Amino acid sequence: MTKPSLPDEQAPGAPPMKGSTSARLLPQTRFGGPIPWVIAILIALVIIAAAGGLALRNLADNARADLSDAVTVQIIEADPQSRTVQADAAARALGDHPLVTSVRVVPEAELTQLLEPWLGSGAASEDVPIPALIDVELTRTATASEIAQLQSALDGALERFGTSARVDAQSSWLKPVYEALAAMQYLALALIALVAFATAAAVWLAARSAFSNHSDTVEIIHLLGGTDAQVTKIFQRSVLRDAAFGAVVGLLLGLCAVWLLGRQFAALDSGMIGGGGLGLLDWVIIGAIPLGGVMLALITGRITIRFALRSML
Amino acid sequence: MRGAVSAHFSTLVRKFSRFTGKCLAIAPHLGFPVRGGADKCAEMTDRPTEIVKFDNVGLRYGTDPEVLSDLSFTLFPGSFYFLTGASGAGKTSLLKLLYLAQRPSRGSIRMFGKDMITSPRTRLPDFRRRLGVVFQNFRLVPHLSAFDNVALPLRLSGTDEAKVLKAVSDMLEWVGLSHRAQAIPETLSGGEQQRVAIARAVIARPQILIADEPTGNVDPDMALKLLRLFEALNNRVGTTVIVATHDVHLLKKVPDSLIMRLQKGRLSDPTGALRYPPQPSAAKASAKAPISKKGGV
Repeated sequence: MTKPSLPDEQAPGAPPMKGSTSARLLPQTRFGGPIPWVIAILIALVIIAAAGGLALRNLADNARADLSDAVTVQIIEADPQSRTVQADAAARALGDHPLVTSVRVVPEAELTQLLEPWLGSGAASEDVPIPALIDVELTRTATASEIAQLQSALDGALERFGTSARVDAQSSWLKPVYEALAAMQYLALALIALVAFATAAAVWLAARSAFSNHSDTVEIIHLLGGTDAQVTKIFQRSVLRDAAFGAVVGLLLGLCAVWLLGRQFAALDSGMIGGGGLGLLDWVIIGAIPLGGVMLALITGRITIRFALRSML
Repeated sequence: MRGAVSAHFSTLVRKFSRFTGKCLAIAPHLGFPVRGGADKCAEMTDRPTEIVKFDNVGLRYGTDPEVLSDLSFTLFPGSFYFLTGASGAGKTSLLKLLYLAQRPSRGSIRMFGKDMITSPRTRLPDFRRRLGVVFQNFRLVPHLSAFDNVALPLRLSGTDEAKVLKAVSDMLEWVGLSHRAQAIPETLSGGEQQRVAIARAVIARPQILIADEPTGNVDPDMALKLLRLFEALNNRVGTTVIVATHDVHLLKKVPDSLIMRLQKGRLSDPTGALRYPPQPSAAKASAKAPISKKGGV
């Protein structure tokens, strides 16, 4: 029997092992473990939270675009004729103001129609005095001092009637709504951050557990000259496999949930809710969430294994 | 000007000749056969005179008493050492220090001319790749086949897969396990596992082969055959071999071997293997070491 041939002596500094080789160093399990499913659920939650946050942002943006660059002027006068004259005078005064782009005196019929749901047929009677309303669109969102200027211009125009008008900046009464929407967006962001943290924690626990389960194999690989990078790569493949599976399942679950919620909200047929639809960029962001989840899992897995390896010589 | 350059050149040639002469003079003492030529001299100066040097090394686990105490010895390239001692004498602990699985509690260890105590752990894989280790309990990767276990050191060092296939197939044939190449360790007998472990240890032509009771589970014929493989590595590749064993009969099978004896964590030196300068028997053994490590076993 001839003696075995041996390969040439290896130079120090190892190139990485081939993927298929490193994959075999840890036993591969089916997706029966909890981690891929935990990642799937967490990714689905992030997708739902992100879709909700993006929808709220769109809703707020649309509302702001529609309403924030406008004011409503209200003239309270019991006498209908005088009220009409005063409204016209106020409209003229406002039309001359440089901040104003358009002025529309809301017709009395339209006001009556708006009030009818609350006042019934009595809204049309002379018994209930209805204030005159003027919709004023501005070149931009007015500051408090500019609103005060508009107010003084109106006061000057109506001085001869002995009455005054009230200017309601829509941005000011919408402010609590915007604040509520912003709070909900922050809530969605916080939820995303928490779920991302939970994902990282789950991967950390899984990587630690895998490392301790295979510590004997890791030690053998180390003693045979395996580097930290090679060992880390072996575990990263395992993490990548689990995370990718979880991400795909999570994406599907999340998209189903978002689609169902979208259908429910669309059924409300409300103008304001309609402004909360998701655009192409929003879908791109949602589509990037699983990728982000996989990256987060990979980075967490890498850091975990690197730290665990430091405890070995 | 030309005269000054010529004089300078002559001085350089004289210095180089003196250096070459010194190298040729000390070469036999270092165990290198003299083949002549400045290139060989340069090669010799690159090699450490000792491959392992322990200086006042002690090892304790936690707060327990020291299991190894005051170990000071030098191992020379290309020598064949047996490490003997009763159970619990500290053989495995000493081997752990040698195969870089453990750092000592005190003292210094130099291997391959480098200080292993101060070397950062990121440098250790490079040193470990120069070692071949047969562990006492084999330590085969349980879910890998015999073939993949033997191939592991080569794959970790990035060897081309075609070379891996050839080398591992030859090695498995030599240890008589070709027919068991795809068997996983739990289906192999103790002796077969041991042969896989030995094949894995020698496959990458290590500079130092460390074997902890390597023939404990094999029949006498196979034990002798494996010992001949170690000798072949020692003689032809220049591998320094350290074999820990209880088996006194084994010691007689390698006539030029040197014996290190551990007693209660302390080392005795019956063959003068560890003294410096080396004793005649040690020098004889180390003189076997060739300069070149090219070529198969």
